[in-house]
Amino acid sequence: MAGKTINIKLKIWRQAGENKPGKFESYEVNDVSVDMSFLEMLDVLNENELKKGSDPIHFDHDCREGICGMCSLYINGKPHGPKHGITTCQLHMRTFSDGETIVVEPWRASAFPVLKDLVVDRTSFDRIMQAGGYVTVSTGGVPDANEIAIPKTVADEAMDAAQCIGCGACVAACKNASAMLFTSAKVSQLALLPQGGAERKRRALAMVEQHDAEGFGACTNTGACEAVCPKEISITHIARLNREFTRASFSGNETDYQN
Amino acid sequence: MSWQKSLSSTIGRKIMMSLSGILLILFLAGHVSGNMTLLMGKADAFNMYAHFMSTNPLVQVVANVFKLFFLAHIVYAIILTAQNKKARGGQAYKVTNKDGSQVSKYMGVLGSVIAVFLVVHLAQYWAVMHELRGEISTTTIDGVEMKDLYSVVAVSYANPMIVAAYVISMFVLAFHLWHGFASAFQTLGLNNKRYTPIIAFLGKAYSIIVPVLFGAIPVVMFLNS
Repeated sequence: MAGKTINIKLKIWRQAGENKPGKFESYEVNDVSVDMSFLEMLDVLNENELKKGSDPIHFDHDCREGICGMCSLYINGKPHGPKHGITTCQLHMRTFSDGETIVVEPWRASAFPVLKDLVVDRTSFDRIMQAGGYVTVSTGGVPDANEIAIPKTVADEAMDAAQCIGCGACVAACKNASAMLFTSAKVSQLALLPQGGAERKRRALAMVEQHDAEGFGACTNTGACEAVCPKEISITHIARLNREFTRASFSGNETDYQN
Repeated sequence: MSWQKSLSSTIGRKIMMSLSGILLILFLAGHVSGNMTLLMGKADAFNMYAHFMSTNPLVQVVANVFKLFFLAHIVYAIILTAQNKKARGGQAYKVTNKDGSQVSKYMGVLGSVIAVFLVVHLAQYWAVMHELRGEISTTTIDGVEMKDLYSVVAVSYANPMIVAAYVISMFVLAFHLWHGFASAFQTLGLNNKRYTPIIAFLGKAYSIIVPVLFGAIPVVMFLNS
């Protein structure tokens, strides 16, 4: 199968470890099939590097079908590359032209320290989730389906928010490295549904508190996050988070009443 | 969560920016309508307006409250900018992201220019009116002696450099409002399919009309001088 191939040049950020100095290094990959995904192209490059005895380029990846949120990469000034609504693993080499130089950088944010090369530590997202991104459920018999009536439009809106895969593209694109789109998606998906209603105040406050503690910035409503989000999550969810937070802050909580 | 904790969170600080911003938007509406008396063709109208603004006790209270909003808007802007810079980290991207609203990325720069304009503006008129910078001549209207601020304004707007500086400052204000108006509502969580298009439209209209009216004053007065 002799499909179309291209030759490309790459400038890739290399960094030996956390808090170590990093720099860009140039690579060339020839005869790249345009049907390859960006990650497959990096696999070919690493294969070549290994044969030469060099340290391969470290990058995050897992499912390679756009649902796990592991792949990252800031490609030519854009998280997940130049195309809209996809992750890096869904980006194909046909997007690039023959002889093009592609600049590949890790996500950059204080709360996402670089571990090695293009791999960043995104456990700050896990800690925001642990702070309140869940519902407390009573275990027991399996409830009947559709026992709780939820309008279709509300369920759809909650599903839109729930599509967030926690990749961190929003933080990478934001001029303030704010994780408001991520936090708002997680708050939104639960606040919209009756099951999440009971803990909505505590959840909004706790998740925002953890967001701030991790060192993410504030939202300037630039909309850069929604433009790069592979799951096309809208900043209307940030407005909902702001409402949830305001409501929780300015109204009394159950625990605020004194006996 | 305590009040202190709520207000010092990222969202709490943004809410302070938003509320002070909305009140400053209202201030601009009042300021520009009052200043329209400058274009009424005679000095008396503006002088009577300036006299009312500097002597009416209720106006004094409101003016002092607005000084607090200005201060809050500036202080929170500095705190948030420092916080956001820290969050972004030391290593800059080699190729930068061009997504999102462009003007929103320069709110701090635009705001700083407006702050400089504000200092100059206050020194030019407010300080003169309050006799912090030398004497101001007086005029008598209907038997009431009042300060002739109109002449001070008219003299300054005869200078093309000052007129140009004012017009440029109003362009900066327009860009600041272009993002700020609608953004303030988004921060407060007021994003709704019914109202957001109206807010967005009003924001754009406001950010054009108000600076145009402000900018027209020095231009018209220069042409008439």
